Amino acid sequence: MSQPLLQIKNLHAGVEGRKILKSLSLEMNAGEVHAIMGPNGSGKSTLAAILAGRKDYEITEGQIFYQGEDLLELAPEERAHKGLFLAFQYPIEIPGVNSTYFLKAALNEKRKANGQPELDAMEFLTLVKEKMKIVDLPEDFLKRPVNAGFSGGEKKRNEIFQMAVLEPTLAVLDETDSGLDIDALRVVAGGVNKLKGPHNAQLVITHYQRLLDYIVPDFVHVLSQGRIIKSGDKSLALELEEKGYDWITKGEAVAA
Amino acid sequence: MTITMPDVIADTDPRLTTFRRFEQDAAQPKWLLNIRKSGLARFSENGFPTLVHEDWRFTNVQPIAELPFKPTTALSAALPSAKDLERFHFLNTSKTLLVFLDGHFAPSLSTLPVPQKGVLITNFKDALTKVPELIESKLGKLSTIDANAFTGLNTAYFEDGVFIHVAANTAVEHAVHALFVSTGREPGAAAHTRNLVVAETSSRVTYLENYVSLGNAATLTNAVSEFFASDNSHVEHVKFQEESTTAFHVAGLYSESGRDARVWSHSFALGARLSRNNIRAKLNGAGVQAILNGLYLTHDKQLADHHMFVEHAQPNCESHEYFNGILDDQSRAVFHGRIFVHQIAQKTDAKQTNKNLLLSDDAQVNTKPQLEIYADDVKCTHGATVGQMDEQAIFYLRARGLPLEKARRMLMHAFAGEIIERVQHAAIREELDAIIWDRLEEKLATT
Repeated sequence: MSQPLLQIKNLHAGVEGRKILKSLSLEMNAGEVHAIMGPNGSGKSTLAAILAGRKDYEITEGQIFYQGEDLLELAPEERAHKGLFLAFQYPIEIPGVNSTYFLKAALNEKRKANGQPELDAMEFLTLVKEKMKIVDLPEDFLKRPVNAGFSGGEKKRNEIFQMAVLEPTLAVLDETDSGLDIDALRVVAGGVNKLKGPHNAQLVITHYQRLLDYIVPDFVHVLSQGRIIKSGDKSLALELEEKGYDWITKGEAVAA
Repeated sequence: MTITMPDVIADTDPRLTTFRRFEQDAAQPKWLLNIRKSGLARFSENGFPTLVHEDWRFTNVQPIAELPFKPTTALSAALPSAKDLERFHFLNTSKTLLVFLDGHFAPSLSTLPVPQKGVLITNFKDALTKVPELIESKLGKLSTIDANAFTGLNTAYFEDGVFIHVAANTAVEHAVHALFVSTGREPGAAAHTRNLVVAETSSRVTYLENYVSLGNAATLTNAVSEFFASDNSHVEHVKFQEESTTAFHVAGLYSESGRDARVWSHSFALGARLSRNNIRAKLNGAGVQAILNGLYLTHDKQLADHHMFVEHAQPNCESHEYFNGILDDQSRAVFHGRIFVHQIAQKTDAKQTNKNLLLSDDAQVNTKPQLEIYADDVKCTHGATVGQMDEQAIFYLRARGLPLEKARRMLMHAFAGEIIERVQHAAIREELDAIIWDRLEEKLATT
């Protein structure tokens, strides 16, 4: 492979003078699923937010390359146009914005940016009906305002549904499993698995090993105090589940 | 017969000399003259309200009080042409159009509806000759609920307005569109418009009041509308106000609804330097469902004030108030929502929300809920928000690929759309949607 899909090099970032990420490095190639696990406060969501382009974080050192391009130079919408997708940990409710209208606008912005013709209402509806099956959504979802009044599980399913429609090259799933019961988790994880392909990659951020029973990662990274302290294959996740985060974070302390 | 006037008004006061016109008018029924007198008395007893008055704390009407007193006493000799009116909205949404110029009916510019059995839609003066007893039994019966001086002034000096009577079990085929044009030629020129809508049992009607200006003088519109929504009737009232930003606009909307009535009252306030809507809704039969819905868009130094009083007088009624505002520049908005639940009104479901979006640091909102509840088994909620555009929502939309400007537009449109989508009449709703969209696009183009 000529170049990695995502390359994070020595990333240092924080908010209001507080350092959160400290020399984080990570490389991902197309076709791969990476899981990032870590205890509360380790910097998982900060990483997701920085990748999607949230402004609130100050990057003091390091670089991020996406498809060889300096990601930090791009506005959030430009990142989306280039195939980056963040499934939000807490999807935002937007009362008054119709889901169909929103998603069609989003998809067409992406198509436009990539020199593809925009989809008309009929074409979009056909596409959407197909994609809804992936996460088993009822059709009346489309008529409702974005996330307004949705249950926690519905919001997460809606994120994966949007992901299915937008077909990202790199999907970052920020604790998509948090707060889901086992049935909802199965649906969501099943959706994510169906969207996996040789040309895209998924970065699955989670607090619970449970998710990795359903989404099988090629690599597992343990994030602690703002940096990746251990990487391995899926067996690392099982080991973590068994021994707890202390096993690694304490070892880290000793090594340091 | 001479009128005994309250002491505060001098004999040479133009208010008195103008009033004598009605007394000298042979066609003026005695009962109506008495109603006018009571209105004048109410006005002169109270005078224009000041900021000391609790209901007017945030809205200074001193500039109105300082206007020369010039009720427009006749239809202007130089009528605008139909072409002059083309700039206004909603002209194609209904086949029925009643045009009023400074409070006077302009038949040559109007299209009265094809006669329909059980339906009388005409101007007030005409109705007075056709159904005087009906008018006598209704006029002023609702508007006397409060001691509002503007309503008193209107009652004393009104010339004309819309009259709608719908017989039982009758549905009015087309929405009634009333276009109230302020010709705006002279400061102080006042139109005291008086509208009366009587919807009998199980009837249905949609009524659109559209207030506009042709000129830019500091004119006054002082309108009063009374709505009688009898048992099981469906009454939708859309008030659209887009007067010149030099004009003053005060309106009293008084409604009483009977058992199982469905009432929608929408107020869209886009124009006027100062606008004040006094909305009084009495839910006077069990099972009423009333939606009171409004949107105000203000900029420059505009002030939009909605002063609500919803009275639950019978059990099992619902009143839902939704008012959203988008404020720019140094504009201001006032929302005062009073809900009064009588002891008998058990199982009341009263909801009130007032949301404000500030596009400028200098814009200002005063919002105040006020609940008075004397029943013990009720559900009453209220909530008010004042804030900037939701940054989280903007980021969410951008992360999905919508450019910043589009994301802002989408949110602003949604904020207004929440209100617009409650309008039941499809053609009016669609036109409103287009008008508000254009207005917001203009807004965004300049920010």
